[in-house]
Amino acid sequence: MKTDIIQKLKEANLKGRGGAGFPTYLKWESVLNSKAPKKYIICNAAEGELDLAKDKYILENYFKEVISGIQIALETIDNSFAYIYLNKKYSSLVDKELLKSLNITLIEEDTGYIGGEESSAINFIEGKNPEPRKRPPFVSEKGLFNMPTLVNNVETFYYVSKIAKGDYQGERFYMIVGEKIKGGVYELKEGMSIREILKETNNYLDVPFYTQIGGGAVGEIMIEKEFDNLVSGEGFIRVISYEEDPYQLMEKWAEFLVNGNCDKCTACREGTYRILEMVKTRKLDLKVLDEIFLTLEKTSFCALGKSIPTPFRSLINKVI
Amino acid sequence: MINIQIDGKKIIADEKKCILEIARENGIKIPSLCYHSDNSPKEGCGLCVIEIEGRKGLFTSCGTYPEEGMIIRTKTPEILKVRKTNLELLFSQHAEKCGDCIWNNRCRMLNLAKAWGLHINRWEDRKKDYPQYDFNNVLTFDSSKCINCSNCVETCEKQGIGFLEIKKEGSFHVVTPSKDKNKDCVYCGQCVVHCPSGSFSGVDPSLQIEKEIKNNKYVVFQFAPAIRTSIGEEFEMEYGSVVIEKMIAGIKKLGAKKVFDVSVGADIVTIEEANELIERLTKKEKLPMFTSCCPAWVKFVEFYKPELIPNLTEVRSPHIVLGGIIKTYFAQKENIKPEDIVVVSVMPCISKKYEIQRKELKGSVDYVLTTHELARMFLKNKIDLNSIEGEPRDEILGIPSGAGVIFGSSGGVAESATRTACFKLLNKKLDKIDFKEFRGEEEIKEATVEIGEIKIRIAVVNGLLNARKIIENHLREFDYIEVMSCPHGCVGGGGQPVPTSREIRRKRSEGLYQIDENEEIRIADENPIVQKIYKDFLTDKNLIKKICYTHFSKKEKEN
Repeated sequence: MKTDIIQKLKEANLKGRGGAGFPTYLKWESVLNSKAPKKYIICNAAEGELDLAKDKYILENYFKEVISGIQIALETIDNSFAYIYLNKKYSSLVDKELLKSLNITLIEEDTGYIGGEESSAINFIEGKNPEPRKRPPFVSEKGLFNMPTLVNNVETFYYVSKIAKGDYQGERFYMIVGEKIKGGVYELKEGMSIREILKETNNYLDVPFYTQIGGGAVGEIMIEKEFDNLVSGEGFIRVISYEEDPYQLMEKWAEFLVNGNCDKCTACREGTYRILEMVKTRKLDLKVLDEIFLTLEKTSFCALGKSIPTPFRSLINKVI
Repeated sequence: MINIQIDGKKIIADEKKCILEIARENGIKIPSLCYHSDNSPKEGCGLCVIEIEGRKGLFTSCGTYPEEGMIIRTKTPEILKVRKTNLELLFSQHAEKCGDCIWNNRCRMLNLAKAWGLHINRWEDRKKDYPQYDFNNVLTFDSSKCINCSNCVETCEKQGIGFLEIKKEGSFHVVTPSKDKNKDCVYCGQCVVHCPSGSFSGVDPSLQIEKEIKNNKYVVFQFAPAIRTSIGEEFEMEYGSVVIEKMIAGIKKLGAKKVFDVSVGADIVTIEEANELIERLTKKEKLPMFTSCCPAWVKFVEFYKPELIPNLTEVRSPHIVLGGIIKTYFAQKENIKPEDIVVVSVMPCISKKYEIQRKELKGSVDYVLTTHELARMFLKNKIDLNSIEGEPRDEILGIPSGAGVIFGSSGGVAESATRTACFKLLNKKLDKIDFKEFRGEEEIKEATVEIGEIKIRIAVVNGLLNARKIIENHLREFDYIEVMSCPHGCVGGGGQPVPTSREIRRKRSEGLYQIDENEEIRIADENPIVQKIYKDFLTDKNLIKKICYTHFSKKEKEN
């Protein structure tokens, strides 16, 4: 039975929906095979990316399925205990009585963007500063309270329950935002191109536009000639018309990142702040920006810091 | 041990050490700011990055450990470039207030910036308007100099205090003093010596001292045991160098009339403390007896564990005792009005600044200077301890026993008191003078000393978290407990020169034991200066009580 669900996850080719896209069955297998007196399961509902609200949508509409996914993990992994690590803003979306009755611990957080990273989440639950941990060890070997820990996103647990029921046909959730479109959260097939998704959801603008893919802050800018690329990472698409002010968008990213990082690394703490200063004054010194970008990519401790140059660099190169 | 290569050099490395340490041991310099060998790797400043062949990206050498066959490069053009940017970014937050910084001319930030030809004011300092916190006019934290490394927070936590916290204010994380009413600073000053950016420092009284000298006051300096093996560091001497006569000459050049040795006070403390211990052991009361010469430890007891106040020895600390002797015995002898005498103690310590403010001790000592504050006075007055001609000690209160000198190292008070207790109880010359079981850097040392019929169970502890462990779990197992707040005792004090490390503290301590070993007189009671004081002056019980004893009381949160 235990290997059964893992086999199903493998066959379904389910990849983590928190953004990193790691094969779910491998995480489950690793935690299952680790030897330890206790194990932990964390449903990550911190959803802190800028303008992203697909986990919110899933909690609103499919809370029971998410819980059922967590229960499958509890049944699969011996001596395991489950937590829901929830963005405080979503507090009203969960049935606290139900969680209590199922012995699932609810942790509400308002730690910002970096607090949603899985090892930051573990630090927060342990009462520590929510900043990323060094890997290895991976959290599946040594996670919460030093025990093997399975951290999956809300959407991942939702699909685990569908896979267990034989109800999954390779769907995923997409969130589409933009000033000139209706947008929203859509459940569609995985592996669709930007163009297909926008057309199918009626969000394809009839004026020239470009997009930001994979994350509201650190997603990459894709222009019309790249619209046949697939949407990977977080299923996020921002639709931006050329009439909009790109500096305002950069300012929004930079504000978000300065506020949402953990301030551990010099480049991320100070470099991002100087990026914000430059975009605010609309004076980009490209040489200085390049130095900061390189330093962010090379000397940031975690993936967030390393990914900060992506949106700025692609917007500057492709649009400005 | 494993084989690795750094910058083409083949190295056999200990896999438990980080690459940064291994490189340094092998003469390969890697710059770093946030790494401190006493703490966990912080991996934040971004200066110590290296490249590992076959792996993508760069890695922090402080947080990366070697693996067999690893090929490491530390100086590629890309590495040099990002290090420069990171240092410029560090300067972009840090307000450069170099004039009175405890790093004097050894600031790693500034030295690297000079070596790399950086533009340190490329950006306006982000933290220029950040607040300065003053803790009871003893210790200050200037948060505009902070570079977010969090070594202070870890250090404070490791002391079991947790007074310094990281909090998010607006968009940024900042270090702030705790508002929790159950947490308070004990002024140990370990934050001062673990901060790479000089954000913490003692409140420096040197301007007032200069004024007293200028106003023709009779200014007397006394220097603590641990100063003599650390002040040389401020003048690039080898760690552990013994510097006494040259320092005395330097202090005299500043305008001091006399320079005395706190270790003489330590000899008096030893005699009184051994008396008190023997008395408590005989009466079997208020045991275990704790030492109380460390004011940070005393504040810890008064704030965190007031139920243990009766267990503290009531003997004053060495510089307070000697300060009292200076203003009475010495003043009488030299025919100087006590009110004209200004006593300045040079201490390896921040909490001594707090101690002299205590109302029950007021008047004995007027100012406390730390080791690095004295060094800065020397620098300011162009006094170089390398070239100055030494001056002999002022004999009247200037020559201690060896026992008084080892007070500066964790275990020294216990050893000194044990020597005296043996001497008193056995009433004969001792066969054994060295009690090596109390020496060394271990955080908790224990031994049972048998003197005739009497067995004394002794513990020696450094670090307040360790003290807490002993108090909470093993209190009844001991009769006498020496506690020093700082690692390795006063040699690792918060007023000592920066940088500090286990190795540096060990060398300072070895220097003190070396002095003791070479001393003919190694028991406090045999010090002729002290014998003379007891014979001529401290003859009356009430006077002894007045000059040598104090009391303690429960403390509320002050900061």
